[in-house]
Amino acid sequence: MERIPILRMGDFLLVTIQVDMHDELAMTLQDDLSERISKTSARGVLIDISALDMVDSFIGRMIGTISGLSKIMDADTVLVGMQPAVAITLVELGLTLPGVLTALDVERGMKLLRARVQSE
Amino acid sequence: MTALSTQTIEATRKNEGQLLASWQAGLDANGASRDTRIDRAEFDMQTREFLRLLLAGANAGDSSNITGSEWSDVRAFLDGLSRSRALQGFDSQSTANFIFSLKRPLFGLLQGEYANNPSEMAGQLWAVTEWLDALGMYTVRAFQKSREEVISRQQEELLELSTPVVKLWDGVLALPMIGTLDSQRTQVVMESLLQRIVETGSEIAIIDITGVPTVDTLVAQHLLKTVTAIRLMGADAIISGVRPQIAQTIVHLGLDLQGIVTKANLADALALALKRSGLTVTKAS
Repeated sequence: MERIPILRMGDFLLVTIQVDMHDELAMTLQDDLSERISKTSARGVLIDISALDMVDSFIGRMIGTISGLSKIMDADTVLVGMQPAVAITLVELGLTLPGVLTALDVERGMKLLRARVQSE
Repeated sequence: MTALSTQTIEATRKNEGQLLASWQAGLDANGASRDTRIDRAEFDMQTREFLRLLLAGANAGDSSNITGSEWSDVRAFLDGLSRSRALQGFDSQSTANFIFSLKRPLFGLLQGEYANNPSEMAGQLWAVTEWLDALGMYTVRAFQKSREEVISRQQEELLELSTPVVKLWDGVLALPMIGTLDSQRTQVVMESLLQRIVETGSEIAIIDITGVPTVDTLVAQHLLKTVTAIRLMGADAIISGVRPQIAQTIVHLGLDLQGIVTKANLADALALALKRSGLTVTKAS
């Protein structure tokens, strides 16, 4: 079955979405990620969606859910590389993702995560 | 509906020259042909051409139905005429008057032709009236259509003009908004700003609303949407140029701009952006 790889980088988990998301894939990712956070006790999750050029309300909500569940498991979520079209779609759908951290690219996202972890 | 009789068409054809002369005289009298926006020779040519096409159409087809194929030449001529009149800046009245002013010489002609037959004359007058009215209405419609085309083209041009995204500093973009914000403009502005953020990797975007005349709930909602989209992309937005009247309106309307950084002018916003980027401005020596 198709899966989205979750890479471990020190204290953080890196998820790069390179394929078109469909609902089942999103659900699997959500399960896998929560599993991995608990197993590795990661402090932060970085989701790179720069290759994603289309979203629907389901995927938008899934991103919000992932962020919410990682927060409960004491890991910050940073969403990086959102395309303009995706941002506009999410805003028009009313999914403003409050509480989700965002950054322009992976590098800046990592910097943000490190700063968050250090300040704690 | 009454159609033009053969006798009428025949009489018109015979007296074409005279009809043209009195029509042109009528146009001269009301000043239509003396307009400086249009050349005298061109005007004469248009009247002659129209009369010729009109007679050709009347010979071939039914005058009570100008949508028929026999009238396609006349319609094409009127389309062209209306378009050129619209571009030259004439109003709809003077454009339609071009057709309606033909009534007087035509009526005069019919009066002479049917002097001994009043009932036939009444019928033919009615037919001519209906015929010219239909052509006149067609002209007005074509005129309006070409005017609307001009307006929509100008709107598009305005849309392109009004959305420059400028780079203020490395990593700082500014968007000076000018004019009223509607949904369509916000969409274009939002798209071009977000695209530039991706291209340049800028972390701070300043939206300057000094040139926005009024802010109502809808405009505020559009601003909020843009700011949210910028945040989702991973950049920060600052709104600058909030004039005193606009600040008052926002407070009076009870609009919630929580979570949005606002500054009174662009200089303050730039100072904040530089501070956030860890830069300081100092006097040389």
